[in-house]
Amino acid sequence: MKRSINRPVKRPLKKSLIAAASVMAALAATGGAFAFCGFYVAKADTKLFNKASKVVIMRDEDRTVITMSNDYQGSPKEFAMVVPVPVVLEEGQIHVTDNAIIDHLDAYTSPRLVEYFDEDPCTAYVYDEIMVTASRAPAAAAEKRRGDDALGVTVEAEYTVGEYDIQILSAKESGGLAVWLKQNGYKLPKGAEATLGSYIKQGTKFFVAKINLEEQAKTGLHYLRPLQIAFESPRFMLPIRLGTVNADGKQELFVFALTRNGRIETTNYRTVKLPTGMNIPTYVKDEFGDFYKAMFAEQVTRESENAVFLEYAWDMNWCDPCAADPLSNDELRELGAYWLDGENGTSKPFIRRRPPPPSGGAKDVFVTRLHVSYDAAHFPEDLMFKTTGDRENFQGRYVMRHPYKGDAQCDAAKDYRAGLPKRFEEEAQTLATLTGWDIDDIRTKMDDGGQGYVPPKKENWWEKLWRKDDKKG
Amino acid sequence: MSSLLAFGLAKRAFDISPADIAVIFSVALATQWAMSTVFAIRFEAKSALITSLSLTLLLRAGPLWPLAAAAFIAISSKFLLRARGKHVFNPANIGIVATTLMTSAAWTTPGQWGAAMWLAALIAGAGSFVTWRASRLDVPLVFLGVFALLLFARAIWLGDPFSIPMLRLQNGALVLFAFFMISDPKTTPDGLIPRIAFAAGAALLAYILIFQFHRSDGLFYALAIACLIRPAFEFFDTAKRYQWREPPPAQSPANLVIPAE
Repeated sequence: MKRSINRPVKRPLKKSLIAAASVMAALAATGGAFAFCGFYVAKADTKLFNKASKVVIMRDEDRTVITMSNDYQGSPKEFAMVVPVPVVLEEGQIHVTDNAIIDHLDAYTSPRLVEYFDEDPCTAYVYDEIMVTASRAPAAAAEKRRGDDALGVTVEAEYTVGEYDIQILSAKESGGLAVWLKQNGYKLPKGAEATLGSYIKQGTKFFVAKINLEEQAKTGLHYLRPLQIAFESPRFMLPIRLGTVNADGKQELFVFALTRNGRIETTNYRTVKLPTGMNIPTYVKDEFGDFYKAMFAEQVTRESENAVFLEYAWDMNWCDPCAADPLSNDELRELGAYWLDGENGTSKPFIRRRPPPPSGGAKDVFVTRLHVSYDAAHFPEDLMFKTTGDRENFQGRYVMRHPYKGDAQCDAAKDYRAGLPKRFEEEAQTLATLTGWDIDDIRTKMDDGGQGYVPPKKENWWEKLWRKDDKKG
Repeated sequence: MSSLLAFGLAKRAFDISPADIAVIFSVALATQWAMSTVFAIRFEAKSALITSLSLTLLLRAGPLWPLAAAAFIAISSKFLLRARGKHVFNPANIGIVATTLMTSAAWTTPGQWGAAMWLAALIAGAGSFVTWRASRLDVPLVFLGVFALLLFARAIWLGDPFSIPMLRLQNGALVLFAFFMISDPKTTPDGLIPRIAFAAGAALLAYILIFQFHRSDGLFYALAIACLIRPAFEFFDTAKRYQWREPPPAQSPANLVIPAE
C-alpha cells in the first residue's frame, strides 16, 4: 500500500518522504511471536520465542491503558500469554481492539526519509512538496481447571473477551503458580519460576490469556486482535522480565505513549534520541528498511546495548512532514485517551508553544515512540517510566538530496557542480558512521545510483612531511 | 563539578541549552546578592554557584521560568527558612522539590546519567575529593551503604538477580546526589552520630519513597523530609557548628558567610 499526499506549497525544495514502516515487518518476521511482558508458552514442544512487539500506553496520573499488539503467527491453539498486572481486573477493564489503530499510530510515528530535488542552480527555487509513505507491516479453547487451593493459586476472575479466554490469577508462591500453569497446559520456560516469585512478592496479579477457538472463528479473522487493559496504578512501568526468560536472542519492543503532559522516558535506563536530520546518499531510498535496521543496531552497540531510543515525540495535533495523518479523536479514545470527547468534542485547553493544528480541535495528546532492543543481560529490570513536561517535538528524519541533472551554464552552476563530490563524500561518510556499513561499498552503490565521484585520495602522513619536489631534504 | 557539567553536555547530550544555564546562574547569583543586601551580610558567590551547578545537572524544564523559580527558591530558602541558626533545607534540593511539585513543566531525569559504572566511579571520585575536603565524606558513604544494603536485601527477598540492585546503584544521578547534594556540610548535622543517623535515615526514606510509593524523584523528597526533621537530630548535637572558613570575629550573622569550596 503506497500513499501519496499532496500538500500545500510550503517548502523551499521539492521533497518526498518514505516512512520506515516496512522496517517493522522485517523486525517482526524473524520471530513470528508477540509478547512484551508475557512469555510464550507452548503446549507442544514447538520452540516459540518473542522478537518484536508493539505496546501502546496511555498514562494520565495513575490511570493507565495498555494495548498489546499481537503479531502471533502460529496456531491459535498454541497461543498463551502471561502478563503481570498490578490489580485484579474487572471484565469492563479488558477490551479487544483493531490492529488498524496501532498500525496507524505506528505509521504516524515512523522514522522517515525525506527526499529533496535540487533545482536548477541558475534559477530561483520552485516550491513543491510530495510525500510518499511506505506500507505498514502486514497485520500480523481452553481447558478450564480450577486452581488448587493447595497450590496457593486463586483464579480471581475469568472472562471471555473477544477471541480470548482470560483468567486473573493471584498466587502465594511461585512454585504453586508454576505447577498450576503446567497443569493448565502452559509450558514454563526454565528460569521463569524465580521471576514469577519476584512478582508475587511484589503483590502482582497475573493476567493469563488463551484463544477461545469458537469465538476466534466467529471473528472471521486470520490474526489475533490486540488486547487492552485499563487500570490505576502508581507504578508506571512495563514488565519485560518474563519476556526475556524464553527469548532466543534480543527482542525488539516499540512503546507508544499517549500522555497529556509531555514526552515519557525511562528512569532506570538512559533514553537516547536517535540520530536525526542527516543527509544520506539517494540510493538508500530503495533500502530504507535495511538502513534503519542497520543504523538502529549501530546505535544500540554504541550505547553499550542498554539504552532506550526516542524515535518520535510530538503533539498529536499536527506533524511536519507527516508520515501519516494524526490519529482521530475516536482512535485516540480507543487507545485510552479518555479525556477526549469524540470527534466533535472539545478538550481542556492549554497553552501551546507550537503552531496550532492545520485542522480540527486541540487534542491535548502528546505521543512518544520509544524503541528498545533488549535481553536479560542488558535489561535485567523492568522498564520504569516517568512522564516529563517536555513537549519539544522530535522525529527520526533522514534526508536525501538529488543533485540537479539539467543543463545549466551559469557561474553558479559551475560552483554547484564543483561542490557535489564533496557533498557526496560527506553523505557517504555520514551513512558509514550511522550504519557501520563499509565506506567503499557505499561509494560503489552511490556510483551506480548516479552519485558518482572520485573519493579523495587518502594521503599518508609522511607524504606531507617531505614533498616530492624536495627529495634531498 | 563544572567539569562534570562539561562532560554531561558533551557525552550525554543533555537537553540543556545555554539559556537554561544562564537563567539558573543569573537568578541564583542575583538572589544571593539581594538577600545578602537585605540581611546586611557580605556577598559570597561560591555557595550560589554550587547550587546553580547542582540545579543545572539535575533539573530540567520546558520553559525557562521553572528553572528561574528553582534557583530563586533554592537561594532564598537559605535566608528565610532557618532553624537553630542554620538553614533548614539543602538549597538545590528544595529548589528541585518545590518546582517539581508545583508544576509539571519541571522534571528530573533520573535515567539520563545512565548506569555506566565508569561514570559512577568518576562522579564518586570527584565527589569524594570535594566532600573529604569539607570533612563530610561519611555522609555519602553511609547514605550509599545503607541504600545499597536495602537494595540487596530487597533483591534477596524477591529472589531477583543481583544485576538489578547493581543497575540501580550504578545510576549516575544517585551517585551525584550522594556526593554533591546530601553531603552539603551546611545542611547535615555537625556531630558524627547524628550525621550518620541523618544519612541512614535519608537512605531509608528514599528507599520507601521509591519502592513503596513509586516516586521516581524519591531521592530528592527523602532529603527534603530528612532536612525538615534534622533540627530534632541536632537538638542533642553538641558538636561545633561547621564553618566553611574560620569564623570572623563578629559571630552573630557570620554563619551566613557560606561556602568556600
